Amino acid sequence: MHIAVCIKQVPDTKNVRIDPDTHTLVRQGVESIINPFDLFAVEAALKIKDETQATITVLTMGPPQADEALRDALSRGVDDAVLLSDRAFAGSDTWATSTTLAAAVRKMGDVDVVLCGKQAVDGDTAQVGPEMATFLDMPYATFVKKIEVLDGSALKISRQTDEGVEIWKLPTPCLLTVIKEVGEPRLPSLRHKMRAKKATIPVWGVADLGLAPENVGLSGSFTQVVRVFSPPRRTDRVLIQGPIEEQVEQLFRHLKESKVPGL
Amino acid sequence: MKAIVDRQKCTVCGVCTDVCPFGAISLKETFIEISDECTLCGMCVDTCEFGALSLPEVGTGPAEDLASYKGVWVFAEWREGTIHQVSYELLSAGRKLADKRGVKLSAVLLGHRLDQSIQEELVSYGADVVYVVDHPELAHFRDEAYSKAVVELIRQKKPEILLAGATSMGRSFIPRVAALVKTGLTADCTELDISEEGLMLQTRPAFGGNIMATIVCPNRRPQMATVRPKVMRPEKMKDHQGRVERMALPEECFKSRVEVLQVIPEQDQTAKLTEADIIVSGGRGLRKSENFSIIEELAQLIKGAVGASRGAVEEGWIAPSHQVGQTGRTVAPTLYMAVGIAGAIQHVVGMQGSKVIVAVNKDPQAPIFDVATYGVVADLFEFMPAFIRKIKQERGESS
Repeated sequence: MHIAVCIKQVPDTKNVRIDPDTHTLVRQGVESIINPFDLFAVEAALKIKDETQATITVLTMGPPQADEALRDALSRGVDDAVLLSDRAFAGSDTWATSTTLAAAVRKMGDVDVVLCGKQAVDGDTAQVGPEMATFLDMPYATFVKKIEVLDGSALKISRQTDEGVEIWKLPTPCLLTVIKEVGEPRLPSLRHKMRAKKATIPVWGVADLGLAPENVGLSGSFTQVVRVFSPPRRTDRVLIQGPIEEQVEQLFRHLKESKVPGL
Repeated sequence: MKAIVDRQKCTVCGVCTDVCPFGAISLKETFIEISDECTLCGMCVDTCEFGALSLPEVGTGPAEDLASYKGVWVFAEWREGTIHQVSYELLSAGRKLADKRGVKLSAVLLGHRLDQSIQEELVSYGADVVYVVDHPELAHFRDEAYSKAVVELIRQKKPEILLAGATSMGRSFIPRVAALVKTGLTADCTELDISEEGLMLQTRPAFGGNIMATIVCPNRRPQMATVRPKVMRPEKMKDHQGRVERMALPEECFKSRVEVLQVIPEQDQTAKLTEADIIVSGGRGLRKSENFSIIEELAQLIKGAVGASRGAVEEGWIAPSHQVGQTGRTVAPTLYMAVGIAGAIQHVVGMQGSKVIVAVNKDPQAPIFDVATYGVVADLFEFMPAFIRKIKQERGESS
């Protein structure tokens, strides 16, 4: 079984904050990390590999420094990595990103399962997985929390919805987007770290993927950002201090006045 | 590709160098330079008062006949006999867009054994037309069948806008619809408007809610967006008239490679976070597993769901399905009570859309107080029992 895992390098939102004076993102000290949901996808792939004969290839689209994210994945036990990097990819919306990633999976040829994180924490769209599956004409399941390989040609999965849990059977090749419950990511091992350090990671550009430059990046995108602004701050903040009994009275009164339900 | 500088207009004032979130603009002696770090976010374009900065155009592809697309559609999310509240919210939001455009508002209803009363309900929230597809294969949700059916309807009727709830269903299959009809899609919007030219202005949070972005889809139709539940206000329109159109689609539309083996409704009502109107959440400040009962007691008393920070989940005090935040659920109830939660950004991004936020924490410096409507600086073990007593006492007196 060949598993492709798509990952994205994102700014560590732990450190992302807005400068209160300029109302812009403070960039100093913001490190890049692998999108947390994509680490769950890596873990899900490694779990399948623990139980069956599987090869895992991790891929990402990004600037040359996204190479670090791939090496991080390799150090956790992933077999191979591919970097999709080209100036022509800049400005991609989800459509263009999915087009590019789908072309890479197609080029890899023998992929049985594509795993993605539920969404990336910088964009939060959750669209790239389903769109990729569509371009690859694969069935897919989103918000997957458990994966079971039935035989070589089908998976049984549990997916978490707003209403509960659904259990589905999907034929391979298929695509899954996963959530936290698939398992906490394992840590890099020394052996894999050594291998990751030395690994040669191929870089595929527009030409390698057989894509036309006008179909990727900004020119291959349908959506366009026309305005970016800081969200309005909450101005109605009330701090309640003093003796407990007074705090209780105050909060109760405030909540009554705000007409919140339940009281 | 990067932002474009018009050197004729640029006064080299340097304002843009400070606003670029990616540090991609540098000030040279007589000009500004944009490096490859540019992500085309457009922040600089907005701040340049001389109009010297612009973004390259998005792809046009073969220009579509945009004018042939008319009307606003709302996907009515049907699950096991009921319509998701967000669909009514969207009908009210869609009504405003349709009125501004002077076009019809339609609801798209997919399912099996659909009740007549549902269609009437959709009309009462402003739908002029309800397109109904009733088929056994649509009884359970599956991305393939649902998306093929919607795509077929779009091809036949050509709406200019399609809205769906940013629910687990909408966020799952709507991207497939967008990919199949080859159009742009904006996820999880919190605000919608329409320009005079008919461009839908889709505003959504990004970077975990730290910035807001307004997005358009200039060259393709329909313009598609998923909208966060509980953001728009549902408004019933008394005496509104509409008609129902039952659509027969080719059998091919209902085929799916996915087999639904089992649907298990959530048994734990307190874990239904995304639908809850009230959520009481606990964090590490509770110190041990047994103390989570304080949270559960209040939640039960005020009929709320039980939430938790990642810390509390990692300690094993409560199941992961209760987790609110970046790797858990995003919620926006009317009342969110954060008890013993410090307020790490990963938690805040999952709940900052709540209408009223109450924080109980003994550390006045805790970041949770930055987003709290009412910040109670107190030891939760003293405050919470007293607060619970107060509610019981008020009820005792009033009943």
